Amino acid sequence: MNRITKAFEEAAAAGRKGFIPYFTAGYPDEARFMDILDQAADAGCTAIEIGIPFSDPMADGPIIQASSEKALRAGVNMAGIFEMIRKFRAKYDTPIVLMGYVNPILHYGYGKFVEDASAAGADGVIIPDLPPEEAGELIDAARAKDFATIFLAATTSTDERMKLIAEASKGYIYYVSRLGVTGVAQAPSETLGAMIGRLRKHTTLPIAAGFGISKPDHVRNTVAHADAAIVGSALVKLIAEHEGDADLATRVGEFCREMLGAC
Amino acid sequence: MTQPDAMGKFGEFGGRFIPETLMTATAELEREYYKARDDEAFMGEFHGVLKEYCGRETPLTFAKRLTEKLGGAKIYLKREDLNHTGAHKMNNTLGQALLAMRMGKTRIIAETGAGQHGVATATACARYGLECVVYMGAEDVQRQSLNVFRMKLLGAEVHAVHSGTKTLKDATNEAIRDWVTNLENTHYIIGSVVGPHPYPMMVRDFQRVIGDETKRQILAREGRLPDAIVACVGGGSNAMGIFYPFVEDKEVRLVGVEAGGEGVETGRHAASITNGETGVLHGSMSYLQQDEWGQIAGTHSISAGLDYPGVGPEHAHFARTGRAEYVAINDDEAMTGFTTLSETEGIIPALESSHAVAHAMKLAKTMNPDQILVINVSGRGDKDTQIAAKYLGVSL
Repeated sequence: MNRITKAFEEAAAAGRKGFIPYFTAGYPDEARFMDILDQAADAGCTAIEIGIPFSDPMADGPIIQASSEKALRAGVNMAGIFEMIRKFRAKYDTPIVLMGYVNPILHYGYGKFVEDASAAGADGVIIPDLPPEEAGELIDAARAKDFATIFLAATTSTDERMKLIAEASKGYIYYVSRLGVTGVAQAPSETLGAMIGRLRKHTTLPIAAGFGISKPDHVRNTVAHADAAIVGSALVKLIAEHEGDADLATRVGEFCREMLGAC
Repeated sequence: MTQPDAMGKFGEFGGRFIPETLMTATAELEREYYKARDDEAFMGEFHGVLKEYCGRETPLTFAKRLTEKLGGAKIYLKREDLNHTGAHKMNNTLGQALLAMRMGKTRIIAETGAGQHGVATATACARYGLECVVYMGAEDVQRQSLNVFRMKLLGAEVHAVHSGTKTLKDATNEAIRDWVTNLENTHYIIGSVVGPHPYPMMVRDFQRVIGDETKRQILAREGRLPDAIVACVGGGSNAMGIFYPFVEDKEVRLVGVEAGGEGVETGRHAASITNGETGVLHGSMSYLQQDEWGQIAGTHSISAGLDYPGVGPEHAHFARTGRAEYVAINDDEAMTGFTTLSETEGIIPALESSHAVAHAMKLAKTMNPDQILVINVSGRGDKDTQIAAKYLGVSL
């Protein structure tokens, strides 16, 4: 069984909801990124999303954009990211989901990407600018390796599209809980319950909601409807603010524990 | 002609590589566009405003002295430089502004590089009383301060974009971010035949008036079709506009001219077809300049309007199938095109169009005097006089 499915099943069996942090790969530098991953795993996060930096992140707000630019300047690339995952996987079973824009993955080759990511110990991928219609080759490669393909559903998705997204997804479905790009600016919209209810008609997969979640209260409101809450920008912001501090990684660990406490 | 297919594909290129939040909006745009295209009243209004406001049709000018100088093919110039605001860009912005109003959108956003598309969008918005926000790379805001002022005069808000390379591609990213946030009241007017479906098709259709007129004009003047048509290609909207009505006329050579910058071999250029690889940027699959890890590479051209790492997917398809051929012209050669057309015909072409002129000068010499070559002079060069003076070592 894929580690992601197992993690969600274990959380459900324990009567808990899930918490999934997002970190930009190799940010603020490789050593501290590795420490941050350890802290997130030790805190008991349900899964960890690792962002593959891209030169043109059109779905990201300023916080994640800046972290991607910095990682790219430091020379982070796909081979290096797989190596980081390999090191993490030697110590932890926490599921790892890669999240990145389509061009670097297409350029690497969908089949080779799935094979190498899987061999490194990653469990799935989220590609925000690859809708199910364009993802046939990736899905075929992923199914052969029990590698999860996690697609996004949005507030603007029609029922027809929700069905398509549900059929293409494995592991979980990422529900983008508001219009706009990634960021900390806004709490989840009030229609969360209704939208997740609509989405559940098409799927039995866990639904994780993200975008604009930055506080334990947001997490609490989110997991009242969703199976997990995803936090990205708030964490990357925390890392940016405490980049120079010796206790950076433990701060991240504390943040994750606080969020898990709200689940 | 059934391109693109239902998925928005031109062969293997094009499509919709966009966040889920935009999928429903682009599908709605596609539906509304098809309805508008088949609506005589809409198309009548579009062609009406092109005539009454934009100054169409634009002339097809016989370039007598240039023809004699080169001693080859008979050269005609399609005068898109004579459009209102000085370039072909208005054809598209007026069409999309009308479509936006039909869809009940009250706010328009656009990206711009040198500022020509920004000015054309601000102009259309002023004409129709629409709110207008233009995203422009911070570098370009510095280099093109005159166009920034023009946009503001026209009532637009100009946002400088400080991310990435601070140029056109980053302005496009920022426009997409605005669009995904403000979908409900906002229409995004993309300035070229790029972006997710239906943009490459829609912009092509609004720009095909260039080729439709050219065909009528050359038939009236010469009684036959031209042997070759030459146009510059950045994203490729002026080229697609003049090529498209001739696609089925296989005897007409279609030649797209990309920006070779300091030379394709130097790596400092913007020739995506000549020297790029398949990839996805800004919502569609096409040829792209990228590094070994699929990161988008920096580009260079003396002409800001061609300085873009991608190219329209239908051009990629034409290149793949051989229907059109694509070449690169360096900065130096483009400057020769710029000065030559100015001196021989009294027409100062845009630096973008100068690339087409420069290649046509090479091509014409290889052709016979009874053959016909059409150059699309996509814009006028007044905006480029400072850059040209600097290049020629003249201080103003």
